[in-house]
Amino acid sequence: MNQALPTLTLKDFASDQEVRWCPGCGDYAILKAIQKLMPDLDTPKENQVFVSGIGCSSRFPYYMNTFGFHTIHGRAPAIATGVKLANPELDVWVITGDGDGFSIGGNHMMHVLRRNVDLQILLFNNEIYGLTKGQYSPTSQVGIRSPSSPTGSIDSPLSPCLVALGSGGAFIARSIDTEARHLTEVVKRGHEHRGAAFVEILQNCPIYNDGIFEKVKDKKVAPDFRVEVVHGEPLTFGKENEKGITLNRTSLQLEVVSVEGNEDRLLIHDETNKTQAQLVAAMAGPDFPVAVGVLYHEEKALFIDDTQTQVEKARSIKKSSLEELLNSGHTWEVD
Amino acid sequence: MDLGEEKLNEHHLDEKEVVDVVVRFAGDSGDGMQLAGTNFTQATALYGNDLSTFPDFPAEIRAPVGATFGVSAFQIYFGAEDVTTAGDSIDVLVAMNPAALVTNLTNLIDGGLIIIDSGAFTLKNLAKAKYESNPLEDGSLDGFRVLSIDIHKQVLAAVEPFGLSHKEALRCKNMWALGLVMWLFDRDRSSTTKNLKTKFANKPTIADSNIAALNAGHAYGETAELPAGIHVYKVPKAKVAPGTYRNITGTQALAWGLIAGSELADIDLLFASYPITPASNLLHELATRKEFRVNTFQAEDEIAAVCAAVGASFAGSLGITSSAGPGIALKAEGMALAAAAELPLVVVNTQRGGPSTGLPTKTEQSDFNMAMYGRHGDAPIPVIAASTSVECFDVAMEAVRLAVKYMTPVMLLSDGYLANAAEPWKIPQADSLPSFTVTHYDDPADFNPSIRNEETLARVWAKPGTPGMEHRIGGIERSYDTGNISYDPTNHQKMTELRRAKVDGIAKDIPLQEVCYGNDRGKLAVVGWGSTFGAIHQAVKRAVAEGLDVSHIHVRYLSPLPRNLGELLSNFEAIIIPEMNTGQFIKLIRSEFLVDAEGVNKIAGQPFKIGEILSAIHKKFKEIREEV
Repeated sequence: MNQALPTLTLKDFASDQEVRWCPGCGDYAILKAIQKLMPDLDTPKENQVFVSGIGCSSRFPYYMNTFGFHTIHGRAPAIATGVKLANPELDVWVITGDGDGFSIGGNHMMHVLRRNVDLQILLFNNEIYGLTKGQYSPTSQVGIRSPSSPTGSIDSPLSPCLVALGSGGAFIARSIDTEARHLTEVVKRGHEHRGAAFVEILQNCPIYNDGIFEKVKDKKVAPDFRVEVVHGEPLTFGKENEKGITLNRTSLQLEVVSVEGNEDRLLIHDETNKTQAQLVAAMAGPDFPVAVGVLYHEEKALFIDDTQTQVEKARSIKKSSLEELLNSGHTWEVD
Repeated sequence: MDLGEEKLNEHHLDEKEVVDVVVRFAGDSGDGMQLAGTNFTQATALYGNDLSTFPDFPAEIRAPVGATFGVSAFQIYFGAEDVTTAGDSIDVLVAMNPAALVTNLTNLIDGGLIIIDSGAFTLKNLAKAKYESNPLEDGSLDGFRVLSIDIHKQVLAAVEPFGLSHKEALRCKNMWALGLVMWLFDRDRSSTTKNLKTKFANKPTIADSNIAALNAGHAYGETAELPAGIHVYKVPKAKVAPGTYRNITGTQALAWGLIAGSELADIDLLFASYPITPASNLLHELATRKEFRVNTFQAEDEIAAVCAAVGASFAGSLGITSSAGPGIALKAEGMALAAAAELPLVVVNTQRGGPSTGLPTKTEQSDFNMAMYGRHGDAPIPVIAASTSVECFDVAMEAVRLAVKYMTPVMLLSDGYLANAAEPWKIPQADSLPSFTVTHYDDPADFNPSIRNEETLARVWAKPGTPGMEHRIGGIERSYDTGNISYDPTNHQKMTELRRAKVDGIAKDIPLQEVCYGNDRGKLAVVGWGSTFGAIHQAVKRAVAEGLDVSHIHVRYLSPLPRNLGELLSNFEAIIIPEMNTGQFIKLIRSEFLVDAEGVNKIAGQPFKIGEILSAIHKKFKEIREEV
């Protein structure tokens, strides 16, 4: 008999631990959005597992009343892979940040994406190291002054979504900490994706890097600085949706144009087109708006499913006992 | 103590019957010496001799033909009595080229037999081996029995009917040489014939050519006019306990022990590893055994491998990772996480020569300190070591048992020698192995992840997917009472002491230390751990036969130590500790028991010889007598 799952609410997914992020941290909004999303997902609570590395974002699992494993710096994707290999029924989430995910743990991120391990990876990008008190991160802008770069950082930053695309990621999205509705929709789609779903969340650190995403977040100016991409819809933005993105077919570069008079030339978002996704993911100020939404999505071979298939095949072909194993091959009797 | 060596005066080829013999097949790394050696081993086991083998191959996959650094060798020691090492010196050397001769000659006994492929002793090959004159002609081999045959020519004639190319035909040289050695020791060729048919099932012509070469080599021995002093040798069968036997390498025994452990614990294994010499074969072996409760994962690096294993353990399987020294160094943080989170984990270290890349294909015991202390923070873990290839099976099962029973990472030490060496194994009855079934915790009443078994001090293992067991753990210190994060100073003291007490308490759950040869009190104890077992055993046996009061103690449990070890050691007037490192275990013994143990240390990438241990025993007795 199928029993209906009990109806759960946000509160069922909040642990009894006091949340200890700084006041005003973007992480609060993300936590709330995920706790609120949980009851809507078609997964029993006991099958939800949150795995994190080290950093402010990685405290996240302690605040979820699910299974949680707060591990070591940069290694959450590898640990989550082990969790999922051991029990493919589990719904496994990786919570990471720009330092954890792309500096110390860059290697594991690359491989978990190319393998397409069935996980939801939420990368909180605040372009700074928060927990270690404000050093520049691999996504920090050049010139940023920090305790470890007193005269300005000379490190060229990477783009998380571009690296994820280059690593062979099959679901790449971007959203914003305080845009609860957008964030929830994007994460929900990532959850539906079978394979590694990578979601970069632009997250404000009010202490060490306050306001870096203000232009894409502030309701007054955001329309001019971000474009919400929707599959099959033209890329338009601006307060009156008066601006659009088009592809210059000679230079193979994107250009900002006015919608009026260019309706036929506007770029239609195709989340299945990798080349286009790379151009759209790379858009950044001051010349371009930042793209948020599902940037890329493809169906790709599933690492966990394929592993299971090999294991099941081995077990269906060869049924073997320990006794048979020990006595296999050449043996001889001594009387 | 300086490392000396005594020649063992017991091998001789003058008689028609010999008690034991060491044969070494040596040639280019592409000459198929390992294949010749393993087939000879199989035939020898079927003949009924006890045996031990030592494959000794270069790090280069295909070194330039004829180069001394490309020599690949396979050594087998077989005889009528218990054989526990691959032999100190060589009685019979098969040298397929000048490089194989020059690199092995110093280890040949006086009057030993050299079978030489004169067809390979060209000016070019002699130059590559840095011979200024041809040793076949300059009299430098006069002290040995030399059987110089143009094996090139013999093989080409033998396989001529099969129409192989010149190159293909010459690849049968190893089988021709094997055939001759099989004649020399009266071995049956049928197992090799069968192996060749299986190996080349899709290339029957190649199989037939190799069999023809094997038979031709044998026929050569039977019919050719051989120099005086070269004849068929009889090596009497060994007296061994009745039962079913097989040959097994340390790697295979370790893999099968892990599989057996999973059956006995009734738990799935995730073996996550990253390729590294000489540990990779363990991954290869388990990757073919997925019909058992084993899944394998080749991770992107050593760190990911240990982390995936820890993740699997969090999810309720047993995570296992494996590497050699440099890779184990990378896993230290992951091991400490498992120790802090109190999750089971088995880490297999197949030690090799270090530091850094060191000697990847050679053996050493120099990771003892890393195994014992190589983690940040106070993170004690159990450490156990296999002493023979066969014992890898038992030690692997024991590692699984300790990990799941005590919710702790366990370090299992093997080494390059044990991994590759093969010896006969009396196959145990699978249903006689004692089970240690794992039960995952599932009682939601007042559940928290820090509930403990009062006896073992192990915390509960509650796995995801179980309703009511939702909990958070991690690397941050946990409250003893609730399992939640705690920065409380007294709690940290309590938890650190708890982790120590848990590992120390395992001493109650492991066997008392026994003396494996000799009396349990006396003048001298030779104390070893790991793969030095064979050489120590033989040396102590010979010393006892000489009338010396000496005993052999071999320690499997390095952390925690057996609870009677200190008392046992106090029963001896003197202690020597041979190790293939500069003296690591000895420091633990000296500090733990305040005994004046003396080290015998060999760091040459090669196992101890019996004569080296025997020399140390004699030196120690000389000192003891002089003191009196």
